Amino acid sequence: MAIALAVLQFSCAKSISGRTDNLAPLSPAKTDTGAGSWQTILLAGPTDFPVAAPLPVNNPLYVAELNEIKGFQKNLSSDDQAKIKYWGAGGVLRWNEIMRELVAKYNLPPYQNTDGTYPFPSSANPFAYPLFPFANPPYAARAYAYVSAAQYDALVAAWYYKKLYNRPAPYAVDSSISAKLPKTTLPSYPSEDAVLAGVTVEMMKLLFPDEIAYIQQKAEEEEESRIKAGVAVRSDIVAGEVLGRQVADKFIARARTDKAGAAAGTQTDWTGFVTTTTARGETPWVSLETPARPPMLPLFGNVTPFLFPATTTATLRPGPPPSTSSTQMKTETDEVYSYIKNPTRDQMRIVQFWADGVATYTPPGHWDAIAAEDFITQNFSEVRWARNMALLNMSLMDAAIVCWNTKYFYFNPRPTQMNPSIKTLTGIPNFPSYISGHSTFSGAAATILGYIIPARASAYSAMAAEASLSRLYGGIHYRSDCAIGLTTGQAVGNYAITRAKADGADN
Amino acid sequence: MAQTDADAIMMAKNNYCSGIMYGNSQWDHYWEGTLKRNNLNLGTVSTQMVSYMGNYGLSDKLNVMFSLPYISTNASAGTLHGQQGLQDLSVWVKWMPYEKKLGKGTLSLYGIGGYSLPVSNYIADFLPLSIGLHTQNLSLRAMADYQVGNLFATVSGTYVARSNITIDRTSYYTTSLHLTNQVDMPNASSYSVRAGYRSDRLIAEAIFDSWITNGGFDITRNNMPFPSNRMNSSTLGVNIKYTVNAIKGLSLIGGGNYVLAGRNVGQATAYDGGIFYILDFTHKQKKSTPTSNKK
Repeated sequence: MAIALAVLQFSCAKSISGRTDNLAPLSPAKTDTGAGSWQTILLAGPTDFPVAAPLPVNNPLYVAELNEIKGFQKNLSSDDQAKIKYWGAGGVLRWNEIMRELVAKYNLPPYQNTDGTYPFPSSANPFAYPLFPFANPPYAARAYAYVSAAQYDALVAAWYYKKLYNRPAPYAVDSSISAKLPKTTLPSYPSEDAVLAGVTVEMMKLLFPDEIAYIQQKAEEEEESRIKAGVAVRSDIVAGEVLGRQVADKFIARARTDKAGAAAGTQTDWTGFVTTTTARGETPWVSLETPARPPMLPLFGNVTPFLFPATTTATLRPGPPPSTSSTQMKTETDEVYSYIKNPTRDQMRIVQFWADGVATYTPPGHWDAIAAEDFITQNFSEVRWARNMALLNMSLMDAAIVCWNTKYFYFNPRPTQMNPSIKTLTGIPNFPSYISGHSTFSGAAATILGYIIPARASAYSAMAAEASLSRLYGGIHYRSDCAIGLTTGQAVGNYAITRAKADGADN
Repeated sequence: MAQTDADAIMMAKNNYCSGIMYGNSQWDHYWEGTLKRNNLNLGTVSTQMVSYMGNYGLSDKLNVMFSLPYISTNASAGTLHGQQGLQDLSVWVKWMPYEKKLGKGTLSLYGIGGYSLPVSNYIADFLPLSIGLHTQNLSLRAMADYQVGNLFATVSGTYVARSNITIDRTSYYTTSLHLTNQVDMPNASSYSVRAGYRSDRLIAEAIFDSWITNGGFDITRNNMPFPSNRMNSSTLGVNIKYTVNAIKGLSLIGGGNYVLAGRNVGQATAYDGGIFYILDFTHKQKKSTPTSNKK
């Protein structure tokens, strides 16, 4: 009897819920009706793409669209209700979670060829192994940034047209339509959810080509859920999706010229780093993988940032790390060894908490998760959600650019290369040490997030400090990598604050 | 003669048998899902174990056992840090409700229940170098043994209910992204067949073991393993127990096994050895050898 009860206890304890499984529907404190005048990122203005005037609510074709809603609402299944609830928590939130899932799924380093060389994913043949993309931290940072920025610009345009055309939501037109989500005075044409769906599925053509089919299904699910919820009619959806896709295409055009496509470099580049570093009298970085793997995205430091011109990147690059032959380098290497010799369980916990390595959503994704879970409590409108996620993700992408620019300018070795008895508590990433990516990302994220939610600023700083230190505890970075990474990231974050102060959202 | 939770030997009433086992297990090939491969960034992964075990006869038909291992792991290549620590305390209750002559031999039936729990806060989410999966396990086993003369065969089936675990990171990807630090650990089942020679002084047997995880996911291409992977293995081995002539109550154990087939596990070769001693706590003079299932 006792055994049966124990087995039962084990079985019942099994069901696990995610932190965002049961969220209240988004109910913004402010509708931000003036968001159509906020500063856009890539669009010249909100009217770059015309959105035709909608039919008035007394037009029979509009009335027929109300009938579509009524038809759905006659028998909503529990699955319909679940999807209304899921998307109702917020489109920007849910798409960010989906992006994080795609990054984690594709964040796997390619397995070597039989001759010891490595294959590279090909966007021209994305379904062939290795699948395109290898969603490593710089790739992920750029993917999150392009999607967030495109969503923001598209929603600014949507808000402009919402205010211009001022067509109310269907439940406000016809009281027999049940609003399954919180009512709002925000006009429903064009639909903000359809805009988000259109942007995101279109961006997959660039970022995750193998997932276009899956994301198309999710987009349709989001759009249908809004109609079934009674908060949008079909023409709200159609207009929104077209607008979203057009805005995304503009961002895709920018992406094809931002130099990320060439970031992997060639053998000539990889050999060049060794030659240049040796000529400076320094020990060059060596891959600690077997077989040796070419360094990860060595030319990512040349990618065009969002928050400042490409010419600014080099000015944000910090001075050199300690020389590989210096006493300071020896001291710092010894310090790394001292941390991994007999690591405490709490040190290991901190390392694992922030590791965000292979098969995860990467450090930018971790900061997106932190931000998203805090933004839920802030009741932002969707356009403000998008603005804040765009500020964060542009900071993270630009932090990746400055960090990678620095790593390959100095091309210095990891602690284990200097002292092979340094065993690590997380995998050693296949790129140079100075400066720490985690520290740069965290410095940037904590800076902009501290501006967006000032009450959490010191909490974000503390998190960034711990994320940075976790790499020293893990045995994969020197203290200099971490400290200088943090301050470099903070400088990038300040560009986001400058933008945030001027974009009109805080007026 | 020492006994474990998996064999058809019972301790006599008021006898306490305890001892120390040393175990060593190594692999350089593993199954990434169903794909067998090696990993030059791990080399040979080895696990060493030193375990203290004890078992006590509450009666001739009811025994209680426990064991506690100290485990350390190492990878011969790459840069990952090995792990070490006290792992899980296991407690078993073994009940033999039936032992009767059947034909030319003796048939005995057993019901065995076990519970294990981690005794230290070791890290589970560091495979393949973590020393364990940090679950609490509840096991139920049914076992049957038949002996004719000095030859025997034992078959058993076990169901293992496992608790969920908490890991250090706040999300992880299996076949979808989970925004939680709780991991749903699938239950498992196993079956075993052992056969060989058994007398008062010597047991020499071949053992086939199969472990099946009822759920979980496969390691994806070039990914690291994760605690809730679908881990299966079929193992073949030999085991020898010898009661020392010179010292009453002392026995030596040695054995080895090899993973024939598996999924999301290493193709390990293992060997172990141990020394056990029986203390007789009965007041009057009684045999200090355990009952076995011959005659």
